[in-house]
Amino acid sequence: MVQAKDIRQVLTANHLKGGHVVFLGEGGSWTAWIDEAVVARTRERAAELESKGTEQTTLNIVVGAYLVDVVEDDGKIRAAHIREHLRTLGPSVRPDLGKQADSQQPDVRQGPAFI
Amino acid sequence: MYRYDEFDHQFVRERTEQFRDQVRRRLSGELNEDEFRPLRLMNGVYLQLHAYMLRVAIPYGTLSSRQMRRLADLAERYDKGYGHFTTRQNIQFNWPKLDDVPDMLAALAEVEMHAIQTSGNCIRNVTADHWAGVAADEIEDPRPWAELIRQWSTLHPEFSYLPRKFKIAVTGAEADRAAVAFHDIGLRLKRNAAGETGFEVLVGGGMGRTPMLAKTINAFVPKDRILAYLEAVMRVYNLSGRRDNKYKARIKILLHEEGDAAFRRRVEAEFQRIENPTHLVPDKELERILAYFASPAYEALPERDPQLAHNLEANAAFRRWHEINVAAHKQPGYAIVNISLKPVGGIPGDATAAEMRAVADLADAFSLGEIRVSHAQNLVLPHVRKRDLVALWHGLVKAGLATANVGLVTDIIACPGLDYCTLATARSIPIAQALSRRFAEAERQSAIGGLKIKISGCINACGHHHAGHIGILGLDKAGKEYYQVTLGGSEGEHPSIGQIIGPGFSETEVVDAIERIVNTYLGLRESGESFLEAYRRVGAAPFKETVYAAH
Repeated sequence: MVQAKDIRQVLTANHLKGGHVVFLGEGGSWTAWIDEAVVARTRERAAELESKGTEQTTLNIVVGAYLVDVVEDDGKIRAAHIREHLRTLGPSVRPDLGKQADSQQPDVRQGPAFI
Repeated sequence: MYRYDEFDHQFVRERTEQFRDQVRRRLSGELNEDEFRPLRLMNGVYLQLHAYMLRVAIPYGTLSSRQMRRLADLAERYDKGYGHFTTRQNIQFNWPKLDDVPDMLAALAEVEMHAIQTSGNCIRNVTADHWAGVAADEIEDPRPWAELIRQWSTLHPEFSYLPRKFKIAVTGAEADRAAVAFHDIGLRLKRNAAGETGFEVLVGGGMGRTPMLAKTINAFVPKDRILAYLEAVMRVYNLSGRRDNKYKARIKILLHEEGDAAFRRRVEAEFQRIENPTHLVPDKELERILAYFASPAYEALPERDPQLAHNLEANAAFRRWHEINVAAHKQPGYAIVNISLKPVGGIPGDATAAEMRAVADLADAFSLGEIRVSHAQNLVLPHVRKRDLVALWHGLVKAGLATANVGLVTDIIACPGLDYCTLATARSIPIAQALSRRFAEAERQSAIGGLKIKISGCINACGHHHAGHIGILGLDKAGKEYYQVTLGGSEGEHPSIGQIIGPGFSETEVVDAIERIVNTYLGLRESGESFLEAYRRVGAAPFKETVYAAH
C-alpha cells in the first residue's frame, strides 16, 4: 500500500519570456525535459521545491510554478495526469510541434496513444 | 469594409505602445504576474498549456485579403506557421513569445487589426452572420450596427469591468446564422408593420456550465435607440450581476434569478430614464459607417450562368462542391462560397500561412478582396460571380481547400481542448479527427444530410456542444478523459439546448457511440427528415436504446 509519505512530484512552471513549459532541475536550474527534473519523494522535499518555485517566480524567471505528480518507470519520469503529460510533449494532434518535436528522445516523439 | 478613422488609428497605436511598455515592465520585474495578468488579457494574451496564446479580433468576422496576408505573415514570423480560427470569428496564434507580442500587435495595427476586447470582463468582439450583407434572405446588413456597437463599447468606462465577459451577436436575416439565442445579448433586425427596421433584443443566452437560451425582452427597438437600449441592459447587469461567484456572474443568471418580467421592467425603466438626444445614434456618424458597408459595385449579370450550368453537368466533383459549399447571394449572377477548414482528419479551424495566402489570393481574384470567418470555424468568400465559380474551385483544389462538407457530419466544430487549452479537461480535436475519418466517405455524408456535431473539451463550452445536434463534452473522470453526449441542441430560428443521453464514453468508445446514433437516425427517419427533425419527433429513447445496448 502506498504510504502518504511516498510521493513522487516535480516542480513545473512556464518560462516568463518564452511561455514554454519548464521543470526544476538539479542545482536550481530550469530544464525543458521532465526526465531532468528533481523528483521530490517526501512532503518536506516537495515543500522545498515549492519554495524554490516561489523564489524563481518572484525573480521573474518563471510563471505559475506548481507541483505535479509523476510516475517513475525504468528510470524514466512521466507525468501522472494526461494534462501534465501533454505539457511535457506538446499537442497530441501535432507531433511536429512542441517538445515532442524538439526532443532527441525517440520514445518522447511517439506521443500519447489515442484512438 | 469598415476603415479606421484617425481616432481608431491613434487609439490602436497608443494601445500597442502602452502594452509594449507593460511587457517591458513585466520582463524587468517592475510588474509581477498578478499585476500583469489583467493587462495582458486586455490585449488578448493568454498563457496556455505549452506557450502564450494571442487572440486577434476579427470584428463581425469580416476581413480583407490584405489583413489575411498579414495574419499569414504573423503565423510564419512569430508562430509556427499556422493559426486557429475560433467559434467567435477570431483567430488565435498558439506559440508567440511574450516579448514578440508588442511587435505582433504593431504589425496588426498597420492593417487595422488588434487584440482588444478578445479577453477580460468586457464587451467582447461583436459577432455577426458570416453571410451579412450578401445573404439572399437578409432584411438588412447587420455589420454597420455591429461596428457601431464595437465603437460604443471600446474603452467604455462604465463597461470595462463587468461582473463577467459579455458577448453580443447581431443578425439581419430570417435564418439565424449568428446563434443569437446563445449570447448575452442577441440582436435580430426585424421589420415592423410600418415597414421600419429595428431590433428584437434577446438577453441572457449562453453556453458554459449553465446553458440557457436568451429571452426576448423587447420585440422591437427602433434602430436609432439601440445604443440607449443596450446601455440600459448593461447598466442593470453591471449594477446587479453577481461579482462574488464567477460561475453565477453572467447576465443569464441574473435574468434567471430576477425573472424575465422583473428584469424587463428594470431595463425599460432605465431605458426611459436615460433616453435623451445624447443617446440617439448621430445620423452623420451612422452615415459614415454605413458608407463603408455599402454593397460593392456588382456587375449586372443574369441569375443563371450558362457556362456554370455546363461545368456542373461536366464535372461531378465540382458539382458536389457547388451543391454543398455554395449558397444563394442577394445579387443576381453572384454566389456565396464557403471554404471548409475541416478536411478529413484535419484540425477544425486550423489554417496554415500558405492556406491563408491562397485564400487571400483567391479573394482578390474572385471575391473583391473580401473574406469572412464563420463561427463554425470556416471561411467565406462573399462576392463570387457565378461564372468564376469553376475557376475558384480549381484554385481551392490546388490549395487543398475544396473539401465539400459545409453543414455535413464532418463539418465538426471543436475547441482546442486539452491539446492546447489550460482550462480543458479532455482533448476535443482527436475526437473530431476520428469522427471525420469515420464518416469521410462522400456518399455517406450526403445520405446523412445536414448534421452538426460540436465538441468541447470542458464545461466552458467553447466548442458549442450545447448547440450541437450531437454534442460531445470532454471531461476528466479520475484522471481519464471521457465524453458525455448530448442530442437535440441547435442554434438557429428554433434554438434548443442538447440533452445528455446517459453515461459518458471513453475516448475509444465515443466514436462508435456517435456512429450508432447516426445509424439509428438513418433507420428511423421519415422521408426528407433531418437529424434534428427526427430527434424532435422521436425523442432520445431510440438513440439511447441502440447506444447503450452495445455499451
